[in-house]
Amino acid sequence: MIDIDAANAEALKRLMDARPMLTGVARAVDVIPGMTQDLLLHAGPPITWARASGPLRGAVIGALIFEGKAQTEAEAVALVEKGSIRLEPCHEHAAVGPMAGVISPSMLVYVVENVTHGNKAFSNLNEGYGKVLRYGAFSDDVLKRLRWMNRELGPALSAALIRGGPLDLRALMAEALHMGDEGHNRNKAGSLLFLKALAPHIAASTADPMLEVEILKFIGDNALSVLNPVMAACKAMTDAAHGVAGSTLVTTMARNGTDFGIRVSGLPGQWFMAPAQVPVGLFFSGFSQADANPDIGDSAITETAGIGGFAMATAPAIVTFVGGTPKDALNATLEMYEITLGESKAFTMPALDFRGTPTGVDIRKVVELGIAPRINTGIAHKNAGVGQVGAGLVRPPLEIFEQALVAFAEKYEI
Amino acid sequence: MTIVLTEIRKGAYYDSVVLMQLQRALLGLPGVVDAGVVMATPANKALLAQSALLTESAGPALPDDLLIVVSAADQASAMSALAQVDALLTRRRSNAMDQDFRPRSLESAAAQLPAARWTLVSVPGRFAAGVARQALDLGQHVFLYSDNVSLADEVALKQTARERGLLVMGPDCGTAIVHGVGLGFANRVRREAAAGQGAIGIVAASGTGLQAVASRIHSLGGAVSHALGTGGRDLKAEVGAGTAGQALDLLARDPETRVIVLVSKPPAPVVATRLLAQALTCDKPVVVNFIGHPPPARVLGNLHFVATLDEAAEVAQRLATLPGTEAGDRPPRRAGFLRGLFSGGTLAYESVLVLQALLYPLHSNSAITAEQHLVDPLKSQGHTILDLGGDEFTVGRLHPMMDNDLRLRRLKQEAADPETGLILLDVVLGEGAHADPAGELAPAIAEVRRARPELEVWVVLVGTDLDPQGLAQQRAQFDQAGAVVFERLTEALHAIALALAVSPPDSGPPVALEVLQTPPAALNVGVEAFCESLRAQGAAAIQVDWRPPAAGNEKLAGILARMKKK
Repeated sequence: MIDIDAANAEALKRLMDARPMLTGVARAVDVIPGMTQDLLLHAGPPITWARASGPLRGAVIGALIFEGKAQTEAEAVALVEKGSIRLEPCHEHAAVGPMAGVISPSMLVYVVENVTHGNKAFSNLNEGYGKVLRYGAFSDDVLKRLRWMNRELGPALSAALIRGGPLDLRALMAEALHMGDEGHNRNKAGSLLFLKALAPHIAASTADPMLEVEILKFIGDNALSVLNPVMAACKAMTDAAHGVAGSTLVTTMARNGTDFGIRVSGLPGQWFMAPAQVPVGLFFSGFSQADANPDIGDSAITETAGIGGFAMATAPAIVTFVGGTPKDALNATLEMYEITLGESKAFTMPALDFRGTPTGVDIRKVVELGIAPRINTGIAHKNAGVGQVGAGLVRPPLEIFEQALVAFAEKYEI
Repeated sequence: MTIVLTEIRKGAYYDSVVLMQLQRALLGLPGVVDAGVVMATPANKALLAQSALLTESAGPALPDDLLIVVSAADQASAMSALAQVDALLTRRRSNAMDQDFRPRSLESAAAQLPAARWTLVSVPGRFAAGVARQALDLGQHVFLYSDNVSLADEVALKQTARERGLLVMGPDCGTAIVHGVGLGFANRVRREAAAGQGAIGIVAASGTGLQAVASRIHSLGGAVSHALGTGGRDLKAEVGAGTAGQALDLLARDPETRVIVLVSKPPAPVVATRLLAQALTCDKPVVVNFIGHPPPARVLGNLHFVATLDEAAEVAQRLATLPGTEAGDRPPRRAGFLRGLFSGGTLAYESVLVLQALLYPLHSNSAITAEQHLVDPLKSQGHTILDLGGDEFTVGRLHPMMDNDLRLRRLKQEAADPETGLILLDVVLGEGAHADPAGELAPAIAEVRRARPELEVWVVLVGTDLDPQGLAQQRAQFDQAGAVVFERLTEALHAIALALAVSPPDSGPPVALEVLQTPPAALNVGVEAFCESLRAQGAAAIQVDWRPPAAGNEKLAGILARMKKK
């Protein structure tokens, strides 16, 4: 029989040894493996257009207009319905995207390289708050901002990274965790560290001072600026741990707004899916639980890599998401140790005497104990284009871990 | 007319104490006439039926499901009561204990309380072995309160424990006292002995027997150093006293324990003999109360045999007050089997009776139990007691009291058997007996001893100085031949038991004495009251928020179990 513990030790070691560096910004079709002109990538597990939720549909429509393939919503929908445009998960192309997570061929994307194992991961640029494509908005101002990002922001970031050299994202994340971020719902500190690291190089490589101001303000005003590179960093780490024969470590947790899907290291090529739950949380004024879309986004890659909801103990500022007191936040992290294989060597938490974050979800432990991973998440409005309506907590359905366990037992004849 | 409402919670597990408290809380709600909160086992359903609380809606509930039934004066009261179940359960939880984080797995609990050396397991029987195994894997000693653990599981757990120098007390172990702290249902008893006295350590099946002995010792003014439970089946042949042997060894090494009490439910003879043989090797008095195991003597070496629990406490306490209580001198151990060649039938029977307590296997043509029956009287087997005056030997010949021929031949036969280590002969003098038995037997003995000097030949001489053969003359001949002569049978038998009893071989590392020398810190899985009790006694304890693996889904639990097997 396969030695599961040894396989898991190897997978966990790979996850923790991975050293993701932000090396550049490039066009999706030029760098993302398998990316073609007729392909759109999206968050979560595979899904058909017919079952796609509002935010994902809106983002697909917006991306097709952005690409110039359609002029109107109706034209965009027709393209997808007749099959001229294919939809595939970001996760199957070494990429991740928050919320709808739509990446189109000409979008500029962050390139993150795991210098330990050599694999790369990609993520799109973060648009900020309000009406944005990732929540399904595709109005003119949304498209205008996307075009500006592709024309000005992306190249400036690229030039800054060329000038400043690769940015060590694992070190940045570790530092941000000591500054009150958990790396998923709170990225205030990380985004400022990101800005601090890039600002001199952006300044040095941007000729127009007004553009420089615009770019620095755009990055600085957005407390989620660093989320996308962080997600790509987590993806580079978890991809390194994927495909270890006999390992029960979870390498993907992702949602497309309709289904929640996971992948397991020892079961490459398979998704385990069930309907996504509606996150429970706190809502911006004017919105309520009734407005919430089922869980959406690849951002659960942060929890998959051992931060986000798993690192709540280090993020006292956002404890209201987990019950309101710092003790609740500590307990949230302590609970995640129950279902993980190890403790991060890179990411530590002062509040737990610098204990490493719970790292590497084990499907065996999830099923045995009946504890599903905790995922911090933004909450999307169920209608396309309204945007974020709140933030909160969600847990994947236990049944997908059960499916994975059964599939594992079948594959390995247990 | 009352309304009965039923709620089924799939795969929800709570310990029975919580359920009883919930039931009581429900009964206190307005309008509620009766309530039942049980795991939906067939037995529990039958109980509900007796109280008219079982309705058709309880039908689909399976044994892993929680069944909440409320009977109330009206629909509204019943519904209101059911609606409060969660609140009642949480109220109980938050009030119960000041424990910051309730770990769900034993592994997390152990990480939270690294000092823990004990895991108390009181989950339903079919899950208990799995939890106990996890505890052993974490290097924990196990107090296994659960019953309905299979014998095969018990054997496997104790085997693993022995290999790792860990204790498994139980299954069905209700009580134990370690370093003055009661585990399970323990009495509060004195731990420090009065000046000049020693404390008493107890090894018992555990439950009421242990409690009775411990309490009695306390009321006699004595002290209990530790009381270790073994579970009721520990002395069965399959289990082989795995735990009792370890516990005895621990108490023998424990400097706080001066006297040991060993209590068992009816033991398997083979196991009892081995355990007593082990007890003989320890240099402390051991008071033995084996129910249904005939005592060989009141005192045999350091073993003191008693017939009741109270007597066990009383004898132990008396021994504990004796200054410097120690076992007396013991003859050197000898290898090989006993071959007893008797002319007297009753002497043979008494020999079987005494020696069966300590020698195994023991066979005889005057057997007391069926197992002891000697298949072929012409061929000895293991330890053998032969009544050569038995009918099968005396057909067509004189009784061996008059004719030594048969015994002389058998003596040579036994001496030629390399398995023979000691030969015992009785020589009965008197009118009508052989005129000079020593005249024939002593030369044969001398010859045997010349050929095999390590072979012992012992003689029990029954007679008086007035007998025609002359007691002293007979004795002198045997002495000269190199035989050891006794004039009392019991004296000879006790010496034989002490010399030939074989202690069981060590089957694992000894349990580290540290486990008795530090206050127990424990992980508790199951009945929450045990955790509260430990804390009330000042011991560190963590309650594990245990649920059945995979919420009771047998297919998934089966996969998980198979994955754990290497």
